[in-house]
Parts: sequence; structure tokens; C-alpha cells
Amino acid sequence: MSDIDKSTAIKLYRTMVRIRVFETVTEKLFLEGKLPGFVHLYIGEEAIAAGVSASLRRDDYILSTHRGHGHTLAKGGDMKKMMAENYGKVTGYCKGKGGSMHIADFSIGMLGANGVVGGQFPISVGAGLSIKMRKTDQVVVAYFGDGAANRGTFHEALNMASIWKLPIIFVNEDNQYASTTRKVRTLSVEHVAQRACAYNVPGIRCDGNDVIAVYKAAKEAIERARRGEGPTLMSCQTYRLKGHFIGDPEKYRTHEEVEEFWKKEPIGRFEKIAFENGWLTEDEKKAIWEEYQKEAEEAVKFAEESPYPDPEEALKDVFVNPLE
Amino acid sequence: MREITVAQATAEALMEEMSKDPTIFIIGEDLTAHGGIFGQFVGIPEKFPDRILDTPISETAIVGAGVGAALTGMRPLVDLHFADFITITMDEIVSQAATMRYMFGGQSKMPLVIWAPDGAGLSAGPHHSKSFESWFMHAPGMKVVVPSTPYDVKGLLKSALRDDDLVLFFQHKKLFKFKGPVPEEEYIIPLKKADVKREGSDVTVVTYSMMVHHTLSAAKRLEKEGISVEVIDLRTIWPFDFDAVAESVKKTGHVVIAHESWKVGGVGAELASQIQEKLFDYLDAPIVRVGAEHVPIPFSPPLEKRVIPDDEDVYRAVKKVLEEA
Ligand SMILES: Cc1ncc(C[n+]2csc(CCOP(=O)(O)OP(=O)(O)O)c2C)c(N)n1
Ligand SMILES: [Mg+2]
Repeated sequence: MSDIDKSTAIKLYRTMVRIRVFETVTEKLFLEGKLPGFVHLYIGEEAIAAGVSASLRRDDYILSTHRGHGHTLAKGGDMKKMMAENYGKVTGYCKGKGGSMHIADFSIGMLGANGVVGGQFPISVGAGLSIKMRKTDQVVVAYFGDGAANRGTFHEALNMASIWKLPIIFVNEDNQYASTTRKVRTLSVEHVAQRACAYNVPGIRCDGNDVIAVYKAAKEAIERARRGEGPTLMSCQTYRLKGHFIGDPEKYRTHEEVEEFWKKEPIGRFEKIAFENGWLTEDEKKAIWEEYQKEAEEAVKFAEESPYPDPEEALKDVFVNPLE
Repeated sequence: MREITVAQATAEALMEEMSKDPTIFIIGEDLTAHGGIFGQFVGIPEKFPDRILDTPISETAIVGAGVGAALTGMRPLVDLHFADFITITMDEIVSQAATMRYMFGGQSKMPLVIWAPDGAGLSAGPHHSKSFESWFMHAPGMKVVVPSTPYDVKGLLKSALRDDDLVLFFQHKKLFKFKGPVPEEEYIIPLKKADVKREGSDVTVVTYSMMVHHTLSAAKRLEKEGISVEVIDLRTIWPFDFDAVAESVKKTGHVVIAHESWKVGGVGAELASQIQEKLFDYLDAPIVRVGAEHVPIPFSPPLEKRVIPDDEDVYRAVKKVLEEA
């Protein structure tokens, strides 16, 4: 018997399913040639955003990555606006200016997905500093990959967050690969949380495919940050089940390896526990998947029926006050 | 003559030079698994496994390592993955590599090539679509190459690898699959030398990289209207081949300068300024520039198309320069 309550368990499950459905639909649309640009899927890593976000408030901040759909959805993002952005439609979150890699929703504290790996670290420091100066009890979550941990920005930001005890949770999504490059070839430590000692912050390693483990670790780190006790570095071990981007030739790994990890994917793994604990029945499970399938289909309909932006829209939004 | 792609021409230039010079090596992210993310190094990991190094995502250290290795007897080519990420490495490039020889009174050499795919048109969004070549013309100490065809890529990359100074080598992302004739025999194209990609007598269009192709298609259309366009592919924008530009300007008296990167403060601004300083009497009309709108490069196709110039923009610029004569 697990020590979390049923409503929390179902909340975690719902978030994971909502992400999986959105990503599966997005993949299909991309393969049908309906989405421009490049799309990075979060399939297999849903437990991390779900587990972390469960303890976040609407006014907390998150900073996301190129693989950001899951982070936005878990924070309460609107599927319709996300899907419209993937299409490049004017009704999308960024009016089509950003695309899949740059979704943001400032109304829910989602300060943006970043196409520059490691671009989020220093910005998270600024958000944390602002919270401290404004004397609120908000927190910041900065999601980042195993590859991003090797950017200089990671090191500078962790040091600053530590000396100023900023309310930031650095959530490492260690999916074993940075694009085509296996983590073991580029990371000086076995897992990113080992670096915490260099910055004198708590470092927690957890199973990123176990949503309950992520939830518990993140809850503690978030509460700590809210109390003004400073940042935490969390490393969640997971696996990217899809290519780096849709269409990746994936010559750097075998089908067998990917198949092995499908057996450990977080949603099926949670369902087993949920049935055992009586949190979920087959009917409830079916209803949840159908609910999000419907939400995703409506989002696709909304996106398809929305217009593309007027070309002149391209010239707007550079400045608040363009001084024309 | 056989035809090969820009990606193949890139790999060939490297393999030929690497076979001759054991000090050349390649360093950057995601190079070995797929032979570079645009296939630009296919074959090299097998042929030279110890001389093509996958790095962590650490642009500052990657370029810095290139600088240090170049100072101490090696000839590195640093792959920056996307030209957009060059902003991360501006200190290493501008204040270190480009300044050292001068600052140290001519003691050092900097045989380093910074290689980066630039350009828009793939809906890659604001963080993966930029072209920054003008910045490296603005600051001193860098040679900047912006080739447009497989033939030019191969010949110029070989020169860049043999040069003892810092060379920035930008290749447009949309051109990696572009095919063109490349001889089997070895050849070299000297840096700085421009190439007349099409001869004409009414208007000179000075251009480079992707815009060469847009300009050539605009020139075909204009020819049907009886307008003869001379297309000058600069190939190297710093130092650039002013003599080639001057020769053409003296013939046509009308100049259009076209590049994909931002028009404001771009390469065209410097060229136009030098042309009017030195060739004012030959000009029959004000110079017209073609470049991107002054906004980040947006994702959605209709927005990106609005921001980035294409053949239609060159066509209109040529008409304009003739109307204003
Ligand atoms: C500064 C920078 N360098 C390189 C890239 C190209 N790139 C995009 S994603 C990626 C791999 C990122 O790996 P990781 O941080 O582990 O995140 P994951 O994709 O695995 O979620 C790379 C190299 C980039 N976008 N930004
Ligand atoms: Mg990764």
C-alpha cells in the first residue's frame, strides 16, 4: 500500500495521460505533414512534469525546454492554444511566432520553453531573485535535460541560486541522451544530482519513471523553497522513448534498447500500482483516456479551423512601445 | 561532370585536407552518430575516428578549446551545430581568437575554422533560424565565408582549413541537399575572390549564400522582360572582393545588394557605403538593399515568408533601382 492518497494519485495519473495523449496526437499530425518545423516529444517522461507540478500553485513559475509540451500541460496549459501554436495558427499561445519549441503561458507562470539548451538556468535565477525581493512565497522550477547540465549557465546559475538561497527547484530530466549523444560520453558524473555538493545545495536522485517518487521528492523540495531555505537539485532518471525530434533517424541506439524501456514506461507502471491500491478501475481508466482523447481532438479541430496569422503580424510584438 | 550535394562537398573538402594534414580535427556536438546533423561529415567518423570529437553541450568550452588548440599547433574546425548558438561564444571568438594576434604583436597564428549552419526557411523558429555574418564583419580579425554551391563550398573550405587566420564559415541550412557539379580532381578557391554567377549589363546584384539562388531565379524572370542582371556571388564577405564589385558597377551603373539576414546594419550597409564612397560617379540610381525585416525570425510559415527575402524581393528591388534611374 502506498502512502499517498487516492485523489493525489488520480491527479498524477490524469496529468500523465493528458500529456501522453497530446503528444501521441501531435506525433500523428506531424507525420501526416500538418505541423511545420521540428517537434520534440515528451513521451516516456510524463511522470516528471506530473510529479513536480502536483505541488505547484498557479502563481509559481516554471521554465521549460525544447521538449516542453509536458511541462506546460502539467502546469495547466490549454491544449487548444498549444495545438494551434504547433500548427502555426494565430490562435496559438504565441500567435504562431514561437511554435512547438517556444510555448509560453504567462497567465499560469509558464515563463517559456527555450530553444537554446541551458538558456533557462540564468533566467530562473532572476525569477527566484524577484520572488525574494518581492517577498512572496512563490517558487521557480527550471526543467532541464542531462545534456543541458553541461552548459556553463548551469554552473553559474546553481552557484548564484545557492549563495542567495533562492526558491528554485532545478529539475533534471535525465533521459540518457542529448540528441544523438549518450549521456555517459559527456557527463563527468553518473547523475547530475552528484554535482549538488559543488554548489552546497541538496541533491536528490529519483526514479523519473515513478510518478510517486517524483511527487514526493519534488514536494519536499518545493516546500523547502517556499520556506525560504533555498534551492534543490533533483535528478530524475528516465528515458526518451521517441526520437530526439520526430523524424530522427536514431542510428545511435537499437530498437531492442527502446523496447526494453517501453516496459518501464511510467503510465503503465503507475496503472499497475493504482489497480493494486484500488485507486483506479478499468472503467475509470477508460473514461480518463477517452476524456483526454476528446480534449485533444477538440484541440486539433480548433487548430485546424483557426486561420494562419496575417503576414503583417510578423512585424508586431518586437517592442511594447515601438517609438514609431 | 558529376554532381554532389553541399553536404557531400563539405565532407570531401575535410577528408582531403585531413588526409594531408594530421593537425586538422573536428570538434562539436552530435558529430559521429549521423555524420553531423546535416550529414556534412558523413564518412569522416569511420575514416578518422580519433579526429572528430563529440562534445558535451558546452559551446563556450568547445570554441575556447578550438582557440587553445589552434594556438598550440593544431588546426581545428569547430562545428557550432546552429549559427544561432554563436552568441554563446562571442567572447571566445571576438575578444580571444580574433584579437590575439594583434594584441600579442603578431606573435601568434589562429588557424581555426568556426563552421556553422545558418539561415531560415525551415520553420525552425526564432532560436534556430538566424544569420549573424554581419557581426563578424563589423568586428576586426575574422575572415567570413558564406558559400552558395557545392563547388564553392568545397574549394573555399579547403582554403579556410589551410589559412593561418580565424575563418568563420557559414553554410545555409536549406542548401545542404542542394546538388551541383564538382570535379573529381582537386581544386581550391582562394578566399576573398568573388564569382560572377551570371553575366548581365543592366543591373548588378551583389549577393551571397541562399540569396544567390533567389537572385538567379529573379534574373531569369527579369530576362524575359528584357532586363539583363549581373549576379555577383561574393562568397567571402570579409575581406570582400571590391574589385569584382567595382568592375560590374562601372558596367551597369545600378546596384542591388541582397542578403537573407537583417537589412538594418547588415553586410549590405557596409557594401553600399563603400560603393558610394568610391564609385559615386558611376551610379545612375541609389543603391537598393534587400534583407530581412527587423524582427526575430518567426515560426509560422506565412510569418517567416513575410520576414525573409526571396526571389520576389530581388525582382522588385531590380525594378526599383531601374525606375529610380
Ligand atoms: C546551446 C544549444 N546547443 C545545442 C543545441 C542543439 N540541441 C537541441 S536539443 C539538444 C540535446 C539536449 O539534450 P538534453 O539537455 O539532454 O535534453 P533532451 O533533448 O534529452 O530532453 C541539442 C544538442 C541547442 N538547442 N542549444
Ligand atoms: Mg537528454
